[in-house]
Amino acid sequence: MPITSISDGRMGWQRRTGRARLVNWFGWLVGVLFVVQCWDIMNAETIWDFVWDAPEQAGDLLGRMWPPRWSVLDRLWAPLWDTINMATLGTMLGIMLGAPVAFLAARTTTPSMAVARPIALLIIVSSRSINALIWAMLLVTILGPGVLAGIIAIALRSIGFIGKLLYEALEETDAAQIEAITATGATRGQRLIFGFLPQIMPVFAGISVYRWDINIRESTVLGLVGAGGIGLQLNASVSRLAWPEVTVMFAAILVTVIVSEFVSAKVRAAIT
Amino acid sequence: MNGTLRWRPAPLIANPWLRWGLYGGVALYLVLAFASLQVNWARLAEGLVRGGAFAAAFAHPDFTSRAAEISEGIIESLTMTVVATVLGVVLAVPVGIGAARNLAPLPIYAFCRTLIALSRTFPEIIVAILLVKMFGFGPLAGMFTLAFATIGFMAKLLAEDLEDIDEAQVEAVRASGAGRAQILVYAVQPQVMARFVGLSIYRLDINFRESAVIGIVGAGGIGATLNTSFDRYEFDTTAAILLLIIGIVMAAEYGSGIIRKRLQ
Repeated sequence: MPITSISDGRMGWQRRTGRARLVNWFGWLVGVLFVVQCWDIMNAETIWDFVWDAPEQAGDLLGRMWPPRWSVLDRLWAPLWDTINMATLGTMLGIMLGAPVAFLAARTTTPSMAVARPIALLIIVSSRSINALIWAMLLVTILGPGVLAGIIAIALRSIGFIGKLLYEALEETDAAQIEAITATGATRGQRLIFGFLPQIMPVFAGISVYRWDINIRESTVLGLVGAGGIGLQLNASVSRLAWPEVTVMFAAILVTVIVSEFVSAKVRAAIT
Repeated sequence: MNGTLRWRPAPLIANPWLRWGLYGGVALYLVLAFASLQVNWARLAEGLVRGGAFAAAFAHPDFTSRAAEISEGIIESLTMTVVATVLGVVLAVPVGIGAARNLAPLPIYAFCRTLIALSRTFPEIIVAILLVKMFGFGPLAGMFTLAFATIGFMAKLLAEDLEDIDEAQVEAVRASGAGRAQILVYAVQPQVMARFVGLSIYRLDINFRESAVIGIVGAGGIGATLNTSFDRYEFDTTAAILLLIIGIVMAAEYGSGIIRKRLQ
């Protein structure tokens, strides 16, 4: 909005009119007050003495973490294998459960707009709003600690992610191709297999690999609540205050995550 | 069958060697993975009963008997989310500008990119463990955790947007005699602002969801209450908390969807 206005007798350009500027300024004022208020409520019980010595604590922590105890690495291979399995099997299970949900949720493929679609959307939202760690806590309570709880937790969290991206892809499919398949006398099932599936396959593969790489990242910490993998070892070392071991585990997690991200990026680049 | 050829769709992977090799590899992996999977079937059977009890709890969630803890946890989570998002977004601006190759000199670029990579690689909860050790228990540590994660997320996306801006507009403003800061404000900022605000609101959603878990390691928020309710097997309270989280996330997503639509 190029507005000319008069400042000390001369014409000058300003972005907003006087009124818009006032509204804008007032909006910022309210926003800042709101944030300050939130800060106050949040810190009602903060013990500031503990906060002020944070730099000391950080130095102390670094001192304890260094040098890393690399010998602990021998104990980490099995948990790392478990971590990768949780992510991979969990992603597979998530795909198996999430893909049908996506077909029920997409306007183009849903069998009923009135019943199936809202239920599918509700499943997607519930799965997406709850973090894998919360799913894991729940499943550890129900199924007992172990890798299985982790796999199911990862799967439940993945349903929403895969379901959402896949149903959006299904809604963006080219209607002409579907119509052509229908015109040959294809049944409902054939329409899905020969009309929709080929169109979403690249997107589908991309989403799956992407989710796998996120799942690797998440499964490294699921052990904190008892669901197996390297997080379990991390939790044990943190509660024993064995910080040199923690350093090695951080390094292992870092490398695992970076490698999985690299693999996922390469595969996705090859697909699309 | 009777000599007629049937049409078959082309396979997804054209090269047969690669295709069968891949199938074989996947099969081998599945065998190995399932072999190392230890399942305690007796415990599992017992768990199914408990699972039923938990599912039933969703029919009658108990908001009242732990109302004080729940409301305190939710308020902590919400305030933490707001402060962390604002702080993270504000700090992400300089980091994002520093991480854009077309705006920053190489040493600053390298530093900012390293910071982003670090923030994005470690799961929030691990950062929370360290920060709780440093700042003590409570939502302040959680707030810094979320702010740190927000910096990585926002700065990366901002840097990518900044690298994609239309250079012609920058040139036009520079031609009018603008300085470095004026170029940023009048040529660069208008090009990336709408998306940046949209992403900030999206990050607010994510931060709330994350704030529900970092309480597990003592960083404040509803996570601690949730964890306690699991430990005490108070499934009715757990169900109530989970329903609240889902409700708030749905409301936030709906609201942010409206705001983002209006911005575009």
